[in-house]
Formats: sequence, C-alpha cells, structure tokens
Amino acid sequence: MNRLKKKWQKKLEKIIKDDKRILTDSADLLSYGFDGSFGQYKPERVVQPVNREEVAAVMKLANKYSIPVYPRGQATCLSGGPLPVKGGIVLDTCHMTGQLSIDSENLTAVVSPGILTSKIKEAAEEKGFFYPPDPSSAHVSTIGGNVAENSGGPRGLKYGVTGNYVLGLEVVTPEGEIIYTGGQTIKNVTGYNLTQLLVGSEGTLGVITEITLRLVPKPKKRVSILSVFDDLVDSGRAISGVLSAGIMPSAMEIIDKHCINAVENYKPAGYPTDAAAIILIELDGHPKAIEEESVQVTDICKELGARTVQSAVDEEDQKSLWEARKLVSPAIAKIKPTKISEDATVPRSKIPEMFERLNKIREKYNIELVVFGHAGDGNLHPNILTDKRDTEEMKCVELAVSEIFEAAIDLGGTLSGEHGIGTMKTPFMEKELGSAGLEMMKRVKESWDPNNIMNPGKIFPEKGQTKLVLTE
Amino acid sequence: MKEQALKDLREKIGYDYTFDCVQCGYCLPACPTYETMGKETHSPRGRINLVKMVAEEKMALEDLREPIEKCLGCQACVTACPTNTQYGRILEGAQEVLNDSEKKSVSKKLTEKIVFDTFFPSSKWMAGFGHVMWGYEKTGLQKAVRKSGLTKLAPLNLGKFEEIIPSPAAPKERKARKTYYPAKGKAKATVALFTGCIMDSTFFSTNQNTITLLNHAGANVYIPEAQTCCGALHSHSGDVKQARELAKSNIKAFEEINVDFVVNNAGGCGAQLTEYDHLLSNEAEWRDRARSFVEKSKDISTVLWELGGVSFLEEKEEVVTYQPSCHLTHVQKVTKEPKALIQALSGVVFNEMKDEQKCCGSAGIYNIVHYDDAMEILDVKMSHMKPTKAHTIITTNPGCLLQMKMGIKREGLEDSVRAVHLVDFLSERLPLT
Repeated sequence: MNRLKKKWQKKLEKIIKDDKRILTDSADLLSYGFDGSFGQYKPERVVQPVNREEVAAVMKLANKYSIPVYPRGQATCLSGGPLPVKGGIVLDTCHMTGQLSIDSENLTAVVSPGILTSKIKEAAEEKGFFYPPDPSSAHVSTIGGNVAENSGGPRGLKYGVTGNYVLGLEVVTPEGEIIYTGGQTIKNVTGYNLTQLLVGSEGTLGVITEITLRLVPKPKKRVSILSVFDDLVDSGRAISGVLSAGIMPSAMEIIDKHCINAVENYKPAGYPTDAAAIILIELDGHPKAIEEESVQVTDICKELGARTVQSAVDEEDQKSLWEARKLVSPAIAKIKPTKISEDATVPRSKIPEMFERLNKIREKYNIELVVFGHAGDGNLHPNILTDKRDTEEMKCVELAVSEIFEAAIDLGGTLSGEHGIGTMKTPFMEKELGSAGLEMMKRVKESWDPNNIMNPGKIFPEKGQTKLVLTE
Repeated sequence: MKEQALKDLREKIGYDYTFDCVQCGYCLPACPTYETMGKETHSPRGRINLVKMVAEEKMALEDLREPIEKCLGCQACVTACPTNTQYGRILEGAQEVLNDSEKKSVSKKLTEKIVFDTFFPSSKWMAGFGHVMWGYEKTGLQKAVRKSGLTKLAPLNLGKFEEIIPSPAAPKERKARKTYYPAKGKAKATVALFTGCIMDSTFFSTNQNTITLLNHAGANVYIPEAQTCCGALHSHSGDVKQARELAKSNIKAFEEINVDFVVNNAGGCGAQLTEYDHLLSNEAEWRDRARSFVEKSKDISTVLWELGGVSFLEEKEEVVTYQPSCHLTHVQKVTKEPKALIQALSGVVFNEMKDEQKCCGSAGIYNIVHYDDAMEILDVKMSHMKPTKAHTIITTNPGCLLQMKMGIKREGLEDSVRAVHLVDFLSERLPLT
C-alpha cells in the first residue's frame, strides 16, 4: 500500500513539474481541507494545474491508481463540494485563468474556470453586455465553481441561474479524456444535453477546464423599492400580486423580523423592529417601462397592506435601500458564531406556509433561526445561528435542519435551490427523488466515473448515512 | 498536551477569536500574499484555520511559523471581513506563541535583543546612525545577524535599500530642534508630536515639516523629549513584553503636557499607539491612562483636517496618486482625510490607482526579512501605479515611502516619478514667508 502511494505521488511530480504547484506540507494540505460549510479534512496532495493537459494527466494517473480527486475553486461552497472527505488529491483550479474573452457579435464569453465571476461581469459590461448570475460571493468565487454548483443569486427570478447561461463546456473526464459539450450557439439539440448534466454535478462527473457563456444586453436602468409589512401573509400576497400583474422584477428579497432585529442591533438604521417582514424589489429594463412598473409595484404593495413603500432611482439611494439586505449576514453572525445557511426552496405560493413551518421549528427546538432570501423564486435562506462548541445545542440543530429539509419537500419544494447537496444533504436525497430516481442518478455517475474517483462522498448517501451529522 | 497547557495555549493564540471566521473567503481578494503566493496557506482564512488546527492539536506549532511569518500584517482582511473577525488579535496571538516557543540560539537572541531593545527605542542610536538599515550594517550587526541566521536574505539586500534611503540630517540640525513651537496667529489647539524613531532619524525634515504645517494650521506643538519607540516592530515579532514597556514610557512622556492631540505622521506607529489600551488591558493602573492616550492619538491628516484643512497652501500643477498606509487604513480606519487634503489643493490632479488599499509589501521589516516575497507584492503595486500616469506617489508612512522609492527604481522611473510623504507634499506648497 505504502509503495503504491509513493509511486503515484512520484508520478504526480512528473506531471506538475513546477514543484511550487504540488503542495505536500501539513499546513498546505490542511489549508485545502475546508470550505464555507462544515468539516476539516486533510488531502494527501494538492495540485494547482494551469492547463487542460495537466488536468487530463492528473486524472489519468488518479484513475489508474484509484486516487480520489476533488476539484476546488475558491472554496466559498456552502455544502461541502470541495471537501477531500476520502483523502487523495485536491485539484485547485484557481490558477487556470488564461482565458477571458468576450465575443461581441455572438454575445458570448469564453472563460477559464479560475476566473472570478465578478471579472466576467466587469468584462461583459465594458462591452455593453450583462452576465446576470450574481451569487453574493461573486467577487470571490470562480466561474468553474459556479458552474459545478449551478450557483444562483437574487437575480434568479428574472434571469435564471448559472446553468441558464452555459452554452458549452470543455471537460476532463474522470478517465482523463478531454471532451467538449454543447457549443457556441443558443440552439443545440445534437444528442444528449451533457452540458446541463455537468452543470450542477458538483465536480462528481469531471473537471471543467473551459466554459462558453451566453451574455445578454445590459439593462438601461434600475429602480429599487422597499416595502415594510406588518403581516407575513400580506407580504407573501404582495410577492404573488406583483408577479401576477405581469411584472418581472430583477430581484425580490425578503427579510424576516428576526433579521430586521439583528440588523438594528448591529448597525441601527431605523428599520421598524415591530414589522413582520421587509420586501426589497429591484426592477430593471427600459427607463420608460420601469417608471411605469415602479408605480404599479408601489400601488400593489400598498393595496395589499404594506405599512410603508419607499422607492429609489439614484444609484446611491438604491444602495442605501439594499444596505439592510447586505447587513443581514454580518448582523446575524453576531447572534452566535456558528452559522448554518440553508437554501431549501419552495414554490412561490408556499412561502407563507414555509415561514410558518420554520417558525414552528424555531420554537420546537428553541434555536436562533432567522429567515431571509430570494422571495420571488421561493428560494429562502433559513439560517441557524449556534455554537459549534455547544454539542448539546448542535444535536438540536441537526434535528431542526432535518425538519427544514422535510418541510421543503412536503411543500413540493426542493432540498437545495442553489448551494448544492455536497456532504450535508445526502441523507435526504431519496426522500426527494425516490429510490428509482436516485438510482438513475447513481447509474449516470457510475458510467461516467467507473472507479468512483471523481469527488467521492458527495451527492449520494454513503451506506448507513441516514441522518444529518454536524458534530465530530 | 496537558489540559492546562492546552488551555493556556488556546487563550494566548486567540482560539476563541477563530470562531468568528465563517470561512466565507471574502478576505481572499483583499490579501496581497494570497494574490502573489497563490495558495490558501497564505490567505487570512487559511491562516486563521491553521491557528485553529494548532489549538486543536491537529497540527504542530512549528508548521504554523511560515504562514504567520509571511503575513504582512496589513489587516486589509479585517476591512473585508463581513463578520468582523479580529484577525489582528489572532495574528498577534500566533506571533507571541511562536516567539515564546522558539528555541533561539544565543547569538540570535543577542541580535534581536540589540535590534529591538536597544536600537529602535534609543533615539540616540537612531539619530547617530541616521537610519536603521544603514546602521544595521555599519554596527557590525549585519555580520552577527548573518551568522545567527535571523534572516537568510536580508543582509544581502540591505545594499538595495541603502541606495534609496535619504541622507540623514546633520547632527547640528537635530540639536537645534526646540521642544515647543507656537502656532502662527491665534492658536486653535495644542498638540504634542510623536516623532517616531525611523521618522526622526531618516525623515527628520518630514518631522520638521509636520511641525511647520501644524503651526500654520493653528496648533501649538510640543515635542516631549522623554518619548521613545512606539513598539510596533516588537509587537509584530511577538515581543509583547518589550512592547508593553515602551507603551508605558510613551504614555508617561505624553501625560506630562496637557494637549488636545498626540499627533503622529507614520501610519504604522500611529496604529501601534492606538493599540496601547488593548496592550495594557490587563494592567489595572495603566488601563485608563492608556485609554486616554489612545483617544488623543491622531494621524497628522486627521488633525490638519479637523483644524480646518490647509487652505493657506499655494497652487502648483501636478499629477499625483496615493498609496495609503495599511495600518492607517485598516487599523486606524483613516481613509478620507489624506485624500481630502490632496484633492483640496488647487492645480493637483488626483488619479486613484487600482487596489490602492492593498499593501505595497513594505510592512515593517517584512521587505528586509522576506525580500523576494515583498518585491513580488511591490511589482503588482507598481503595475497598478503606472496607469495613473502620476508623477508623484504620496504616502503616509516611512516604510511605504521607502518601498515606493524602491518600486520606482525597479521600474526605472527615477527620472519621471517620485515618492513623497503627504506632509512633505503639502509643505512644498507653503507660502514663502
């Protein structure tokens, strides 16, 4: 066993010749053993390839010796996607940054996986285009990670998520072959849609080495509207009311009363602490159209019981309206240090019901549970604030999180809207997909990755893994 | 490890602070060493995690040394952090634990002792030898250091710094300095100047200009003679004990006169002065005295701005950019005043450089100890500076100033670009009287 280990590690050095890009020290290995979720692992090696050939050679070697490989971007992941749970090699794609080109005629961008998402947005805007997916970590996260996790963000309601903008991929398969899926055209029905299979596959089917993205024209103007509601059900009705009126906001966010209180405790800005919820709406498009729509939205909110409605046109004023939303994360982190951010998603019409279920869970387990999120598309972010060191409370949290998942599935929703399954949600897969459904997914995985070396331990529950475990 | 020993380690290293980090990674784009060194080990999130690993006995303390030593301590991550994680405290804790555990050779101990306990705090030494690097070499310390292995590269690169260091003021000029300079016209405030050891030796004229500017702006200026080194370099190398002693000496020296502000003109020193209350928080008799000292400690830019700006300055055309001191920006949180002072000048075109709030790689003695790493960081900085087309780079700290001079030299721009301290830049515009 040990001899075999030495052998692959020696061969790895022949593939990545620059020894600065093969990490072996304890400190380095531990530094690639975590992400934005739970758990700390230690891989045996970290490699930092710079091109597809290096990736392909690493995969061929790993496949031959059955060494697990975990693709990793900037590890902002909230579900454990890049965690090296079974040892092996962490493949850091952050150094693959060679390509970022905008094609103005075809409205596409071709990018390397290590490019930061925000850089793509900037490059597109320079040429008058728009790359809409906006996960809140866009200034940190890589596009490779976004594609692998199919990241969303507030603009998902109108513009969709990362996957809706991926036209084609260059991928290194678990067996080390370089393949191309999709292409550069909007329309493409040649064979199976492998592009969309790979999008959101959480690094379990291959390593993405280049991405072709679709861009759209840049909206000419934006308006933001903040309305305060005394009743949660009213706020839910307002959300549906706006959408039913034929208006498609570019973002529609909800902040519950616990979040409002946290923000007010953190940096008082005069938000009403006795309100039930704040709804933030952003409209974008042609100036004339949104001028009309913003009046309509204001009227609808007022009609449906909004206590106050405030709108902002200037960029600075808009920023200050969104300040409340921006402050939610830091503010709630002050409640307790450990933050468990969930992304259970329900059909829009079930939002008030989901809120009720969440309230019950909060009371039942007596935990700090706050809710904010993308109300327009039903993608809520129930966040539990706790302390990792308090094992007793952590046990309650485990049960509460499980109940959140169950509530989402009961209401016809899904375990994960945008964070992914990773390690944490695997025990609940069968409940949502059914055993046959899950089995089909497994078969896909097995045919792509016969030796199960590509990011093992993710998406699919391991034997005997039936419960959520957050404690060591 | 025994239970008590582990408890002590955790307390000292700042284990509890590490729980504030939610590993979101928002600090990554802000960190200069993550950018140039290209691995998580040299990122704030990575370092915090490694401190945690040591405190949980999952990694040996010695493995923490390189990641901590290679940190610039610029604290840009503190500004970027959405959960207000106190990285400075964690870094300081790790440095102290590493410093305590180090099995130092006798000669190394001796060298550090000379450098930190005698050299920096002694205004006599600093003044006599002009500047630290030069003195470092001339005193034979260089030899001792090389022998001791304190720094592998440093002595070899001292020559490179020597070329960019200005010549020290003549002893006569120094001796002629008074201890009190009255305001011009009606006094609006009374202040005391913290001279700083490097500032007062290598940049003596900047200190003199500081006094003149303050006088023009309506401040009476005292220069307490008993003041000593701020202790920043001691703190950053984990020598907290000596840093505390220096803090006490300074508090005492400045308590003797009743002033509105204690003014400093070096971002790094200023940051250390504002940490005195934290440094002495466990010493009952010093706590209040430290707090009142901290409240009065202000950067020159803040004081000039509070005294009503510098409207008395003359017009002069120039294209400039600004390289903020990290410790002024991220520790003292002074960001608006220096720029406001520059932008208020008539004839000055101010072009902001990209990522201006990122460290230039000077970072105390980082550019001496980790020369190659510092130069990589500097090269990134210069690549952002060049597009501004500035002829003048304005800084607010002596270390940054020397590093920018080094950058200008490395780029071969000596004929077209200069680096200058904000105080000197403003003083060039003083009306001739």
